[in-house]
Amino acid sequence: MNQGLEEAISVTDLTKVYGERTAVSHATFTVPLGKVCGFVGPNGSGKTTTIRMLLGLISPTGGTGTVLGESITHPERYLPRVGAMIEGPAFYPALSGRENLRVLASLGGFDQSIVDPLLERVGLGDRGASKFKTYSLGMKQRLGIAASLLPSPKLLVLDEPTNGLDPNGIHEVRSLLKDLAADGTSVFVSSHLLSEIEMIADHLVMLRQGKVLYNGRTADLLSAQQPILITKPEYAVDLTKLVEIIKKSGHEVSVIDGAAHVLSPAEWSATLNRSAFEAGITLASLTSVLPTLEETFFEMTGDSE
Amino acid sequence: MINVIWAEMRKLRRPTLLLSTMAIVTLLTSLFTFLTFWRVGNPKGNGRRGEIVTAQFLSTPHGLVYGFSIVAFLLGIVALCIFASQTAQEYTYGTLRNLLVRQPARMKILGGKYIAMTLFAVLMSLLSLISSIVVAYLLAPHAHVSTSAWTTSAGISLLGSAFGNVLLSVMGFGTVGMILGLLFRSPISAIATGVIWFLILENILAGLLTGTAKWLPGQNLTNLTTTQNFTFSYQHSLIMDLIYLVGAGAIVSLLFKRRDVAN
Repeated sequence: MNQGLEEAISVTDLTKVYGERTAVSHATFTVPLGKVCGFVGPNGSGKTTTIRMLLGLISPTGGTGTVLGESITHPERYLPRVGAMIEGPAFYPALSGRENLRVLASLGGFDQSIVDPLLERVGLGDRGASKFKTYSLGMKQRLGIAASLLPSPKLLVLDEPTNGLDPNGIHEVRSLLKDLAADGTSVFVSSHLLSEIEMIADHLVMLRQGKVLYNGRTADLLSAQQPILITKPEYAVDLTKLVEIIKKSGHEVSVIDGAAHVLSPAEWSATLNRSAFEAGITLASLTSVLPTLEETFFEMTGDSE
Repeated sequence: MINVIWAEMRKLRRPTLLLSTMAIVTLLTSLFTFLTFWRVGNPKGNGRRGEIVTAQFLSTPHGLVYGFSIVAFLLGIVALCIFASQTAQEYTYGTLRNLLVRQPARMKILGGKYIAMTLFAVLMSLLSLISSIVVAYLLAPHAHVSTSAWTTSAGISLLGSAFGNVLLSVMGFGTVGMILGLLFRSPISAIATGVIWFLILENILAGLLTGTAKWLPGQNLTNLTTTQNFTFSYQHSLIMDLIYLVGAGAIVSLLFKRRDVAN
């Protein structure tokens, strides 16, 4: 870890314009060192464009940024310490998985002896000799992750790393990213699987239509959301009456799957329980939950899907 | 740069590419040399474009490299295809982004790729030369061709210059392939454009419009390997090819350096 450096990535007013379309608009955010940072946003929100600008693949139209303390105008100064997988794994179909990694190891000047341990680490130890074109989507994804680990990176940038992986594979990637962060590697991971991001990301950058909606700790974002009380009467016929009681008390309520979802702090649950009892309604369940990242995301982005 | 060369060599040495290319080159050269010697003096022709090559001519130092020099154009087309596909495939496979993350200096990527492919072209040309020499020696007795002039100092000197000229021509065609690969970013489009231009359009232009041949890149590249059939000098061809290749190379290099990698 660079001494005195607190941020793995820091960008200010980063902008990319293609003709009349603005892909990224004045994005300003930071990614702390040694943490897992989720990068979320709907399709076309500018995530991949931002990642490409950070990796020196496309030039920003405006704005500034640093990666591992070096300006993004000089990617050669930081890329040797960065591992990346952008928009899915891309390799030579006619070469084996092992040979593909060796091509990249040669290119980066890395020791060839790290290739086999990396294949083992991502669960491809027994398929290293098979041609890339014979790999399943999950195996290709694993090879992409192995390639990103070639430089023993200080910063790992992964674009949708769990695409095509089965639940076991997703769990392994989650563990791998947590282990890497525990070892001091900063991980910047974009994903549409928000439940995954919620489980692994300490930090979050949320993007919509090229603009940053949120940049900060995941816990801060979730705790700032109003909790929800989910309650269900013992008899379904009492649900309408229960909703009336809640509305009269001035709380917002909606009915989802036969349960009333009430926007209110957890402390109000005792009052609700008492009011229901006084009205002759027995509650079968009464739980206070915080909105998930997915719910928060939809609320912030205004998307319903 | 050396890392880029090693990485590129790993791709070029894959058996399906290396062995099939070398086999095709060996077969083509052997076949053309075989036909020249087997049909020596045949009134229907046994040489380039139906020319009659006699045993007397083959007994001169030129006899040793004749078979090699007549396949130079085909070697050039093979080089064009390889340089174009190896360059353009980085775009179609999306692997260019991996290369640029590991080696952000784009000119080093381009330079390393070019050097590695040039080494491939050297190997290909060398194999072609060797197979031509082997077949020539094997068939010389049958064709009543004397080989004594082949090993004289004039013969060895001609061997060296023929190899150098064929290599120059092959590298020229290869460079065109790389330029087209960078321009079109698709192996099929790059190869189709190159092959159609050199095999069809240039010949039509040269045939229809008198005096155009000396300005056409393919005609000039072919002229580097032979002194026959062309009305313009070797030096003219060398200068013309240099102008074309350096000019076009500079433009596409600049494009490659500046262009966003968005695929």
